[in-house]
Amino acid sequence: MTDPLILFDLLLGVSVVALAVAVMGARDLFAAIVLFVIFGLLSALAWARLSAPDVALAEAAIGTGVTGALLLKTLHHLRYVTGQLDQFAAPGMTPAEPVPMGVIAANAAFCGLITLGLAVAYLGAPQGGPGFDALVAEAMPQSGVEHPVTAVLLNFRAYDTLMEVVVLLAAVIAVWQIERGLSDAPSPDLGQVWQGFARLALPAIVVVGTYLLWKGSEAPGGAFQGGAVLAAVGLLLLLSRAYVPRPAHRGAARLLFVLGTGAFAAVALLVTGGGRVAFQYPPDQAKTLILLIEGLVTISIAVTLAALFHGREPVALPSRRDHHDT
Amino acid sequence: MTPDLIYGLTGIAVFAIGLVGALCAQDRLRRVLALKLCSVGAGFILVVAAWREPPASPDPVPHALVITGIVVMVSATAVALALIRRLQTLEAEADE
Repeated sequence: MTDPLILFDLLLGVSVVALAVAVMGARDLFAAIVLFVIFGLLSALAWARLSAPDVALAEAAIGTGVTGALLLKTLHHLRYVTGQLDQFAAPGMTPAEPVPMGVIAANAAFCGLITLGLAVAYLGAPQGGPGFDALVAEAMPQSGVEHPVTAVLLNFRAYDTLMEVVVLLAAVIAVWQIERGLSDAPSPDLGQVWQGFARLALPAIVVVGTYLLWKGSEAPGGAFQGGAVLAAVGLLLLLSRAYVPRPAHRGAARLLFVLGTGAFAAVALLVTGGGRVAFQYPPDQAKTLILLIEGLVTISIAVTLAALFHGREPVALPSRRDHHDT
Repeated sequence: MTPDLIYGLTGIAVFAIGLVGALCAQDRLRRVLALKLCSVGAGFILVVAAWREPPASPDPVPHALVITGIVVMVSATAVALALIRRLQTLEAEADE
């Protein structure tokens, strides 16, 4: 007797693979990005089926939502600079010379070998553990929170999470440097309906994001999922031009970028002493400290993701026009 | 037939498609998409490794690793896309 949901799993698995093929095969880049967003949402659904709701939320909000917005913005920019903005299905930037057969064969052989190795390793791996289940379950009472994934992220493996926030900080620094002096493509005209939608959606998004953050200590959710949902507020504000970044706002933006990393590192160092090492929170204050870190990290994540979407550092572009005129 | 087998094979297939795409795609944006597919495939395999036959609860450590991976991937994607925008602008200016 089989579980009726197995049929659903099979259908979902086949759809995910088919969508992945479609992303690579779609001729139009816009279609490829939209297919990718659907692919990401269905993957999140699959992960929810595998009892990983935290991962599904993170994939849906960050891996699909924010990434999809970044990809569409880049496509818009590319079509603007190549003068294809008004064409519905602009072709990709296909190089003129065809790829030699030898290169294709070598690529195919390499990919086949890697995939074969991966499949052999997966099918030969022991199923169902033992993993870290028992260790985590044993340490849970000292973690200060009730949800195991949050305990792992912010207590047991907090060092990883600190580095993750540092990576996000490094990314925004890199993007500001790369785009220095780059002219921005004009934002598309979003029309009247969009304004109304933004007005209705904004309060709901703020509530959902804050709820995800608060709920993270006992149920699926947390700083990253909440931060990504709050970043959507920033995206809506930027797209509807309700907020236009100005050079004078750079100081505040920089402060918000480093707020999460700074607070995280400061707490990690301040709990040392009295025989404790970094990140070893005193058990009776663990929950307060974790919620403090999560709250500040969420603000940083939301602002950083919105800044990554905006891209260019908000500076005046003084010499650009002169350069073009001469 | 259990969900972990189905989604494990799905993950391997998605990773393979992403790998082929990353090596063979001629378009920069599509190459970024391909790498993103690879990362989702790897996420599938980790989430499957964490899965336990219900009612046992899954292993939280791989879940935390995948969440970290998703955030690192969005950072890397943002930098890659900024580089693409810059390159494309420079090329467009060179053509003028």
